[in-house]
Parts: sequence; structure tokens; C-alpha cells
Amino acid sequence: MPSKIPFRIFVAILFLLGVGSIAQRHYSGEIPWLPGETYSTWMIEAKVEFTAQGDAVNASFATPSTQSNFTVLNQTAASPGYGLSFVDDRAQWTIRNADGKQDLYYKVNVLTNDIPLDVVNEQDVSIHKTTWLPPYDIAAEQLVSSAMEKSADAFSYSRELLKLLSGDDLGQNAKLMLQQNSKTNLFVALLNEANIPALLVKGLYLEDGRRQQQLQPFVLVIGDDESRLIDVKLGKSADAKNLLLWEQNGEPTLDLIGGSNSRVSFSIIQQTQPVMQVLKEKADDTDLSNFSIYSLPLEEQALFKGILLIPLGVMIVVMMRILIGLRTSGTFMPVLIAMAFVQTSLATGLIGFTLIVGIGLVIRSYLSRLNLLLVSRISVVIITVIAIICLFSVLSYKIGLTEGLKITFFPMIILSWTIERMSILWEEEGAKEVFVQGGGSLFVAVLVYLTISNELLRYWAFNFLGLQLIIMSIILMLGTYTGYRLLELRRFKDMQGD
Amino acid sequence: MMTFSFLKEFAQPRKLKQQGILGMNQRNNMYISRYNPRKLFPLVDNKLKTKEIAEQANVSTPELIGVVDSQHKVKSVDKMIAGLSGFVIKPAKGSGGKGILVITKVEGGRYYKPSGSECSMDDIERHCSNILAGLFSLGGGIDVAVVEALIVFDDSFEGYSFEGVPDVRVIVFKGIPMMAMMRLSTSMSDGKANLHQGAVGVGINITTGEALNAVQYDEMVTHHPDTQKELALLKVPHWEEVIRLAAQCYDISGLGYLGADVVLDRDHGPMLLELNARPGLAIQIANGMGLLPRLQQIEAANTDSMDLDQRLAYCKQHFG
Repeated sequence: MPSKIPFRIFVAILFLLGVGSIAQRHYSGEIPWLPGETYSTWMIEAKVEFTAQGDAVNASFATPSTQSNFTVLNQTAASPGYGLSFVDDRAQWTIRNADGKQDLYYKVNVLTNDIPLDVVNEQDVSIHKTTWLPPYDIAAEQLVSSAMEKSADAFSYSRELLKLLSGDDLGQNAKLMLQQNSKTNLFVALLNEANIPALLVKGLYLEDGRRQQQLQPFVLVIGDDESRLIDVKLGKSADAKNLLLWEQNGEPTLDLIGGSNSRVSFSIIQQTQPVMQVLKEKADDTDLSNFSIYSLPLEEQALFKGILLIPLGVMIVVMMRILIGLRTSGTFMPVLIAMAFVQTSLATGLIGFTLIVGIGLVIRSYLSRLNLLLVSRISVVIITVIAIICLFSVLSYKIGLTEGLKITFFPMIILSWTIERMSILWEEEGAKEVFVQGGGSLFVAVLVYLTISNELLRYWAFNFLGLQLIIMSIILMLGTYTGYRLLELRRFKDMQGD
Repeated sequence: MMTFSFLKEFAQPRKLKQQGILGMNQRNNMYISRYNPRKLFPLVDNKLKTKEIAEQANVSTPELIGVVDSQHKVKSVDKMIAGLSGFVIKPAKGSGGKGILVITKVEGGRYYKPSGSECSMDDIERHCSNILAGLFSLGGGIDVAVVEALIVFDDSFEGYSFEGVPDVRVIVFKGIPMMAMMRLSTSMSDGKANLHQGAVGVGINITTGEALNAVQYDEMVTHHPDTQKELALLKVPHWEEVIRLAAQCYDISGLGYLGADVVLDRDHGPMLLELNARPGLAIQIANGMGLLPRLQQIEAANTDSMDLDQRLAYCKQHFG
């Protein structure tokens, strides 16, 4: 007797792989457990206005990229007459000739993630020391040393520095320096003076329905282990909630050649989108780790929506046969009938199926007297089935029952074989067996239909491919089940020995 | 109470296990797939091949009259059966008794089934065409029609069978006959000896050939439903020969778990009708006992090196 241990390990591995894949999809792929959930997305529109000078225009506009608290779903730009390209997180508009007032639009959809903003500095920020002219050099030096004295690291230094540069009663040094420089620029320069790398970034607080918004400057202070975002205006760490960093490289928001009087403004709206919509857009971000059916073209996706449900149906058939012991006509025919039910809706499907098979059986009983060869007889049955379907469709349409048209969704070859098998069954084993097996098939088909039309299971089958592995491991385990079938308990009820 | 009466329709799995009842899943998983190598199935699924290997081993089978193996030969069936007073046409790869046409009387170009209903030459030719097209066959593949001599059943079965030939199903495990049952056709089974079609199964003591219990449609019966003959009085003649023949089937087929269907011809004695690699479970009800205890007993015993006589002796000694 071969050991069952390797087999059980194999099944367990399959099962765990399935569970793992589902967990991975949920936790790192951020696919929710339930289909009904909605995600909030933001649509941000940037309007770039400027006056063109009648010559070639090249406008390079910073665009946001995915960060920990927001995922960029898609971006579009509208700008009649302009050539457009997206290069290195920037949108570039170009035109040979432009004159007068120009409006360029850039639109981006971002998805709110549940993770707080975590500024990770990936680039090498160089320290740029400013050469101050007297008397600014002394003022700068004193500010630096004064903040240095009271601080221990980069962040406490920047906190002390901000204290010196803010408030109502500024010191002389600070007053002097702020005459020449903006507070933000001075802050960055003095950080660099103390050998602390810092970067000027621009961000946007997302609030529903805001218009005419401006980007706000922030300073990214880079410490030894972490980086912090400082809101210089408020003099403290930036409130990271709903903050979308628009430009993170220390570059200008708009770089315009051939235009003047430029102005950039933002409008923001919040949208609630169903999860599926969002997932679809997320999957456009194609890479191999993002293994999802959503990366396929829409048509193939629709195809897979059906195919991925078949294992569920098959599992029910396996259960019905191995655990219950139901007899069906054709092992997997119930699955095919159920797939047809999905398209026709249950009531129409049941009535249609019974009608077609019933009428088919009557016609088939005449054919059996004609002494035809099997292949030609089945062919005639196929044609008859088509005729019945045509007739029903036209009749039901004429009397105003458009539901009847759905009958065409039934696979005709399957119907014909069903009629042929039922008919032989009738001749050989009598009407009773026809009702037992036909009823069994329909019963299982309805069960399969109820399963595969369940919204949650459909969603799971399509979004968590690991479910297929779990189904496979269950079917493998059922394949080794040696206990009694439910109907055998009834069959052998007189054998209990009491 | 409603729920209580519903539960009474079902046996408790624990009690069935105690009785050693073999279930379908266990049969498939632990006996058929383990002891019956797949490559041997064609030998028993094709009655022509079974006949061939049986003849090589001098196991007698009903006489072969002819084979219709192509559509143009269908027209020559009338020559094949000319002068016979009865014959049987069956598909070589049929299952569950499907597609077997029995003609017991021929009179003036008219052919009569056991039930008395008549059929014409056209009907017979159509039946052959259907067989060739695979209508009755496993998997629906193309098939051939086998024409065999009619079996005249032994006089001792008079009154035990209705319009059909009774046969003995013997379950042979690893070459040892371990349980047997007689299958009697009824009006419900339309002359066929298949239990699911309504034939009566009578459990037979494997060592003596005497009747034990009887069932029809999985329910106990005491008398034949058509002839009202008392089934307990049934005793199969030539029993030693019957189980010897069944045990030989292990040697000729190589199947570890098989059902041998044996008929008793008045003139030729026990003959092998067909072999079954997936014998049914109703034999347990007919015998009033489960298959498992004996199966496990044989599995535990060292029977691999036994020859035919030793295996028969083992059966006598342990299953008496």
C-alpha cells in the first residue's frame, strides 16, 4: 500500500499556496475581500496659463508619481494644437507657433491608499553651500551656531532653526536674512550650511471641491535614518494627511520657454469608484509581479470571467457524485447547462431547457423508427433543436416575451446529445430512469448555477486566482475519500444489522 | 417527529462499517484502482476479447456464430442466422446489459423475443447498425456486433426466471471466489439479468451453492415476483464447476477484483458469459453481508503463490 504522506503533503502545499496567494493579493495587492467596497479617488486638474510670445513654446510641467498614500491611476492632458509627451514624471507640451493667452490642462486620477505618507528619499541630495556676502555671512553663521547649540541632530536643528526664523519677535540676524531671502529658501540654505541635506518639494492638500489651489512648498529634511517633511510656513512638521507631493525632485513646477506671465492653478474633486473600476486602472501598471487577469484586454477578461467559474462548478459535481451519489446524465453536462443558465437567467433557462428537450424527445421517438445511422440521427436532432429554438424565439417575440429570445444561448450540440441520451435511456430503462437522471442533472445544474452566479464567489474566482488552487486541493482530497455516499446510507439501510 | 422519521431512511455510517459494507468510493479507490490495472480493462470491456482469452484457457463460453464489424456486413446478418431457432446479438463493448437482443423463436421469417413480441429482419439490421455506431457502448465509440448461440438454461432453474437466462455473478478477489449471487430476470427487467433494471438478486452460499437472501431494487423479497416461486429453495447445480470456472477467470484476465458472470447451459454446463471489472455492490444486500471482512481477510492472507486448487480450498475453508 503506497504511503499517503507525499500525496497529503502535495495537497497541503497546493492548499497553502492558494491561501498564500489569496493573502498576498489582499494585503499587498490591496484587493478587498468583498466586491461591494468602494475606493475614494481624487481627480486633480491643473490648469497652466501663460501668454505665448508668438514663437515656439516648450512647457515642461511636473507631474505627481505614486507615493505611499496615493497611487496614480491615470493621467491625461488636454491642450489643442500642442504636441505632448510624458517624460520622467514631467508632462512636456510643445508647439511651433503660439501667440496670446494659452491654457493647458493636465488631469490626474489618484487613489487613496490606507498607508500614511512616508517620504522615502531615494535620490542623492547634494549639499549646496551658499556664499554669503557681508554682513549676511556673519548673520548666517550666528543663526547656524545658535541653532546648533540647542540641538542634537538634524531634526532638532531644523526645529530650533525654524524657531529663530519664525514668530513675532525675530532676532536681528533673522530679520536681516529674511529681507534678502524667502523663508523657505533661507531655511534650506541654513540647513545645508550645517551639512544637513534638504530638498524643496511641492505638495497639494487634497480637499473635495477646491478650485484655484496652489502648490505649497515643503522642505524635506534628510536625517541619518529618516526624512521628515517640514512645513516652513507653519514652522512644524507637515500634516501628511491628504497631502499629495506633486514635485519631489527639487525642480521647478513649470519650466516654460517661449511664454511669460505663467500661472498654475489646481482644482480637486473627490470621487467614489467601485473597486473593480479601480483595480482595472491599477492593473494598467503592468509588471510581472502584478499577476492579474485585469492586465488582459477587455475581451479576454470577459472570457476568463466564465472560464474561471468552471472549477467551482466542477467541484460541485464532484461533491454531488462522491459525497451524495447523485446520478446525472453525462458527468459534466450539468456544468455546461449551468453556464447557459447564467446567460438566460434561471427561470427562462429551466423552462427553455425542459421545453426543448421535451419536444426533442417526441421528435426523436419518431426518428428512432426511421432506422437511421447514429451520426445522421444525431445530426437530424441538432437541426431539429435549431428549428425549435428558432420557432420559440420568433413566437415569444411576436407575443411580446423578449425573455424567450434568450433560449438561443443554449449550446445546441449539448442539447442534442442530451435528447439522444435521454431517448435511449427511455427505450432501455424506462421513463423512470429518464426522470431520475434528467432530474439529477437539472438539480445539479441549478446548484452549480446558484454557486457560480453568486456575486461573492464570482468576484473571488476572478480576483483571487489562489482560489483555483484551493479548489484543486479539495478535489484531490475528495478523490481519496473512501467513506459512504449519502445515498448509499439509504440503499444499505436494511444492512445495519439491528 | 418529522426529522426523526426522515433520518430513519438512512443507515448510520458507523453501523454499516461494523457490518463490513463496501461503499462505491471505497470500491473504486481501494479495490478497483488498486487491483485492476487499467490496461487490462479492454480485455473485459470487449466481449470478443474476453471470449478469445477464455477459449485459449479452455474456459467454455457460448458459441460464437459470427461478428458484424462493418456497416456493409449488416445486410449479411440474415445469412449468419439462417437455420437457427434462436440467437443473441450484443455489442462487444456494451455495458450494463444495454443493447442485447435475444431471439428465442424463429417462425416463417418472423423473429420473436422472449416476451413474445415479434421483430422483423429490418429491426434486427437496425439494431446491428446502432451497435456499430456505438449507441450502447462504453464511451460511445464505434463497436462491433457479436452474434452468439442462444443459451438453453438448466432445468433446475425452471420457474426462477421470467423470459430470460438466469446467471450467477461470482466476485473473485485475487483469484479466490468470495461471494456469489444468482440474477433472475423479471417482467420488470424485461428479461435482462441486471439488478438496477429490476432483476432479482439471490445471494448464494459460496461453498454450497444454496440460496441465502433475495433482493429486488435493493429491497428484500422471498418469492419471484412473476412466477411466485420460493427463492429460498434455489440451489445452483454443478456449483463446484461454477466457482472453479469463476476462479479461473482471475488467471485468464489478471484482474484482482472481478465479477464473473456464469450461465448454466442445459447441454454444455457452466459457461462464462462475461467478465466485469467494476462489479456492483448489490450483491451485499442479496447475501445479507458486507464484502469488506472477506476482502480484508484475503488481503491479510498470503495468497499470491496459491494455485487454482489451493485458492478454491481457501474459499471452502474460510467462507463456509
